[in-house]
Amino acid sequence: MLTIERLSKSFDGIAAISDVTLEFPTGSLTAVIGPNGAGKTTLFNLISGAFKADAGRVMLDGIDLVGLARAEIVRCGIARAFQVASIFPSFTVEETLNAAVQAHRGRAAVLDRRFPLAECCERAHEVMDMLGLAKEADTLSARLSHGDQKLLDVALALVLQPRVLLLDEPTAGMGPDERWQMIERVYRLWEREKMTVVFIEHDMDIVFKIANSIRVLCYGRVLAEGTPDQIRGNADVIAAYLGTEDGANP
Amino acid sequence: MRHSFRRDMIIGAIAVTALVLLPLVWPNKAFIDFTIRGASFALFATSLNLLVGYGGMVSFGHGMFFGLGAYSFGLLMQRTGMSIPAAFALTIVVTAAVALAVGAICVRLKEIYFAFLTLAFQMFLYSLVILWVPLTGGDQGLRGGIPRPSFLGIDLADQRQLYIASCVLLVGGLILMHHIVESPFGYTLRMIRDNATRAAFLGVEVFRIKLVAFVLAGIFGGIGGVIMSLFVSGAYPEFANWTMSGEAVFIVMLGGISTFFGPVVGTVILLLLNDVVTRFTEYYGLTLGAIILLFALGLRRGLTDFLLDYWRRSPWVLAAAKRGR
Ligand SMILES: Nc1ncnc2c1ncn2[C@@H]1O[C@H](COP(=O)(O)OP(=O)(O)O)[C@@H](O)[C@H]1O
Ligand SMILES: [Mg+2]
Repeated sequence: MLTIERLSKSFDGIAAISDVTLEFPTGSLTAVIGPNGAGKTTLFNLISGAFKADAGRVMLDGIDLVGLARAEIVRCGIARAFQVASIFPSFTVEETLNAAVQAHRGRAAVLDRRFPLAECCERAHEVMDMLGLAKEADTLSARLSHGDQKLLDVALALVLQPRVLLLDEPTAGMGPDERWQMIERVYRLWEREKMTVVFIEHDMDIVFKIANSIRVLCYGRVLAEGTPDQIRGNADVIAAYLGTEDGANP
Repeated sequence: MRHSFRRDMIIGAIAVTALVLLPLVWPNKAFIDFTIRGASFALFATSLNLLVGYGGMVSFGHGMFFGLGAYSFGLLMQRTGMSIPAAFALTIVVTAAVALAVGAICVRLKEIYFAFLTLAFQMFLYSLVILWVPLTGGDQGLRGGIPRPSFLGIDLADQRQLYIASCVLLVGGLILMHHIVESPFGYTLRMIRDNATRAAFLGVEVFRIKLVAFVLAGIFGGIGGVIMSLFVSGAYPEFANWTMSGEAVFIVMLGGISTFFGPVVGTVILLLLNDVVTRFTEYYGLTLGAIILLFALGLRRGLTDFLLDYWRRSPWVLAAAKRGR
């Protein structure tokens, strides 16, 4: 179980996350929602160790992650994909995954052999297949469609064999068809790999359709949490968030 | 595998054979001198491109390793009377050690700070060369010639044999550097260039990889300096000056950073320009500057970058790619 206890973080005196306490049960598929600037990405940055929390704890199965280096947090089993796809533009999809697997296995500095290492290829292909990227294996990452770039970003997180996968707006900037395709892939991944998945999402149709629980952030605080049905009926959420623009991106 | 080491060795052996046979059918002293200088500069510039093109680390001080290679080799030969292979090996150790110390301080820094700090270290080395007269001969350089005793029946005082040795060092150095950039390490270096943050998330130890790249580049830059000191039978302060770094940056810009052979092509262009331009005009710097501008503004990249792009966009290649799908 991933638990967050009284976590706080401010930038130049302005609180981005204040006194947040949350639980993400092992194997759950949880959506984190909230208006822009609510602190959702900051929450992910704190969990993954990109930022250091001012106060509070992030516990994964009893181990406190605050203060650990990013690489150590990855080793504990937490991996993330980014709001803006964070990839290697000059690499093809296949090269990206080969290089990533190699790095994850501590073979990044091997000098006496040629790339790619045969023992890394199998895993690289496995990950490509999981996300349906195999048909783009030879495409340069910079030339991939926006959706495939986001998929590749998720693939990079999967290479790390995480127990907890954090997805920051996996469908951001996609058209309706691409969106559902992406979400279907995430859902199947969650079903098959049985990991804990936490995703940030603005599209309420998607959230209510696939999440088995929801956390609502607003101004750096937890506004509400519960099942989709509980959230749908929550007066605070409706007032602060769902009321605007038919629940779309405010 | 696409680029096997064996394939590189075969191509290298053919290249060396061709270079060795060429003067037999076309005995031309100017060509021999040109090639020795070319070998020196091509190794130096290609080693800079390990940093610039593959690592995204633009060093303005790479000339320090060229100077260090020339001076330490020259001094070892003049002062200790050791054999050429021993002095060569020891020079590599010296350049590697200095690169390790300088790199440990510099490679943590980003872009412009990295560029400036490497330049500062280069200036420091240059000042040392100028000021430490008893050891380096100051602004006169290492004079009196570098003894080049025969070893294993090879006499590098003979220009023809030095030519062959330079060709072997050039091709051998290029094969090794090509192997480096095609190794898992080489791809990790590209990852850092493309996106260091993401690479770190994937478990890459960014600092360590950059440092190793810096040391390797320093070693090959130093070998370029050794060839030059053998060629001129001496070592001069301008080998260690910032203009040397500038020249390597020019070569890399002229030839292009996106292909392995870009800096070799750039070396040939720069040396030809050197020889041709100085013959016709005294405004060498001006002419060279204009040509660099032409590349920068006209092609917006080095020659091989341009050609590669042109090739990739050509109708024939696009059609072939479509068929391949
Ligand atoms: N690196 C940073 N430096 C300064 N302020 C930041 C930084 N990251 C986020 N913030 C601020 O924290 C708040 C929450 O941002 P963020 O977590 O990105 O929101 P969300 O992802 O929910 O849209 C915003 O006010 C934002 O300006
Ligand atoms: Mg965000």
